[in-house]
Amino acid sequence: MQKSIRKYFALFALPGLVAFAVAFLIPMVMGIVLSFAKFSTVTDATFTGFDNYRKIFIDKEFITALWFTVRFTVVSVVSINLGAFALAMLLTRSIKGTNIFRTIFFMPNLIGGIVLGWIWQVIINGVLLPKGVTIVSDPKYGFWGLVVLMNWQNIGYMMVIYIAGIQNISHDLIEAAEIDGAGRWTLLKSVIIPSVMPSITICTFLTLTNGFKLFDQNLALTAGDPGKQTEMLALNIFNTFYGRTGFEGVGQAKAVLFTIIVAAIALTQLRLTRSKEVEA
Amino acid sequence: MKKHMLIALLIVLMTMGSVVFAAGSQEATPAKEVYFLNFKPEIADVYETKIAPAFEAETGIKLKVVTAASGTYAQTLKSEIAKSNPPVIFQTNGPVGLKDSMSYTADLKNTKFYSILSDKSMALTDGDKVLAVPYAVEGYGIIYNDAIMKKYFALPSKAVSISSADEITNFATLKAVVEDMTKHKTELGIKGVFASTSLAAGNQWRWQTHLVDVPLYYEMKDKGIPMGTKMATFDFTYSDNMKNIWDLYLQNSTTAVGLLGSKSVDDSMAEFALGQAAMVQNGNWGASQILGVKGNTVSDADIKFMPIYTGISGEENAGLCIGTENYLCINSNASAEQQAMADQFLSWLFASDTGKQFVKNDLMFITPFNSFKDSELPSDPLAKEVIRWMNKDGVSSVPWAFSIIPSEEWKNKFGAALAQYSNNQLSWTEVKNVAVDAWKTEYALTN
Repeated sequence: MQKSIRKYFALFALPGLVAFAVAFLIPMVMGIVLSFAKFSTVTDATFTGFDNYRKIFIDKEFITALWFTVRFTVVSVVSINLGAFALAMLLTRSIKGTNIFRTIFFMPNLIGGIVLGWIWQVIINGVLLPKGVTIVSDPKYGFWGLVVLMNWQNIGYMMVIYIAGIQNISHDLIEAAEIDGAGRWTLLKSVIIPSVMPSITICTFLTLTNGFKLFDQNLALTAGDPGKQTEMLALNIFNTFYGRTGFEGVGQAKAVLFTIIVAAIALTQLRLTRSKEVEA
Repeated sequence: MKKHMLIALLIVLMTMGSVVFAAGSQEATPAKEVYFLNFKPEIADVYETKIAPAFEAETGIKLKVVTAASGTYAQTLKSEIAKSNPPVIFQTNGPVGLKDSMSYTADLKNTKFYSILSDKSMALTDGDKVLAVPYAVEGYGIIYNDAIMKKYFALPSKAVSISSADEITNFATLKAVVEDMTKHKTELGIKGVFASTSLAAGNQWRWQTHLVDVPLYYEMKDKGIPMGTKMATFDFTYSDNMKNIWDLYLQNSTTAVGLLGSKSVDDSMAEFALGQAAMVQNGNWGASQILGVKGNTVSDADIKFMPIYTGISGEENAGLCIGTENYLCINSNASAEQQAMADQFLSWLFASDTGKQFVKNDLMFITPFNSFKDSELPSDPLAKEVIRWMNKDGVSSVPWAFSIIPSEEWKNKFGAALAQYSNNQLSWTEVKNVAVDAWKTEYALTN
């Protein structure tokens, strides 16, 4: 058996490998190659070296977008995880109706980003109407609008992950802690949080990368207005690639840089939170 | 062991086979089809529901029309052109836009479509190659509702001495009339004199391209720079004139200044059609948007044009801004047969009797083709007004100077600055600096 698995390994792995290569590897390699070229369609590229990377910094757009994205991500990672964890704690108590509430909190996650963006744009514009302004009047409205939107969309999802983590803690452990005289705070700090560390790792990873990669919601809510002040990295890359004549390569270079930044941050985060995980 | 091998092989073959068949079925799309990537969302319906069926009925060729959403033509074209079934007919907005599509634009010199162009110098060329042919001459200015204007001039308490909108020939008069109308807006039954100054994303072209044309044209005239060439620096010498009209638009609008960021061009045109506003800056292409609005209260005879006045000396003799930003190109990467069918479609549309009826009645283009007789010019009120202004004695049209703008990015930056000015985030001096600086960087990047 072992032998035949080894023998046919290549054959059975082939469909998966082909799909992976076609859908991921080849485009990725092409993308990196194209970031060093000038092109208008992907087939007419001419090599230009690091020119595209130099052009990223001819204006402050990329840096502004990066800074906006970082601020947004920090705020939303903290608020989403705190909110989700708090809800999970509430909804794992034995209260009647928790299942209904879990479902309700999860539901916003089923709506697509563009639709959510439009819905929230209407809501926020309605709220701002008495002040005689709109969401694109001032970048701070766009910023907080995005934070509210992402919280609303993601808290339910992260909550489900935290609930799974909390339910996995063995009752013996909690009982033992209580017998040892742990109060609610100590219980939370010394038993529950260390035990759900794997969930925390997943949730921070998801919220962090979601924050960096955010596109639909940004496009639908403000489209980067006013004056690109609420434009996030992904949208900036899209606008550079599609919106500026002759800037396809620069957009591509930005995308490569973006991948490196996101990968570096995500890997650091994984290492940091993983090291805190404990064996229960 | 052999058996397993066989089964495994079979599975692999089947999966590969299905890939082949899937691709095969795609190849089998109707052979006689022309793909036209349309630029104008406001007339997309006409192409889809009227022209395409009629063309197919007469020639058996299917016309596939895809319309790019407002303000996204360049990016739609870019992604469509890279597909396996790319558009055969596409649009370009002038020399700057053409530069981007140069590598896949066919030579139209020997096409029937080019042969019917009356003034051959209007086509865009590269050496002796003809790359793009204009299909519509357009004009824009301030569209006004004469019924409301007459109502205003009949008011006993009006503060101006003139008695008809025809007598407005400069900015000072316009400003006096508009500001006095705002004071009387309840009596006139309007929400504001000007329809909303649309500043939503993708809806700023009426300002960052069309309105700025006026100061741009006079600056180029002063500097002696011919249309359609290049200009390395933009000094915005007439920036105060632009501010004049811009402030007038913002302060006498149907919508509070702070809320303009959510308004689209459609909103503005609807406000005008419903009689909530007396004036709106737009071009004759907007006719269908006025006439087609449900509950439209403006009668055809009351839809009139006046030039955009900004207070530049000599503007009494200036007419509407007239030119074209609509050129059609054929994709050189399409098969010879498809290119021929594209020519067949275009010459059918602009030279056959059936086609011309659509152009005249539904598309409402003022065309530059010799296949149209005078009696076949469009009959909608705005097109008539454009023709009237073009032929008016002692008045010369303001050409579309904006094709000299170095890039779309400049327009976006300038549009954003205008929006920020309206939200008090930027002063006018800063807006001016954005325009001047962005021109410099964009010119350096594109030349």
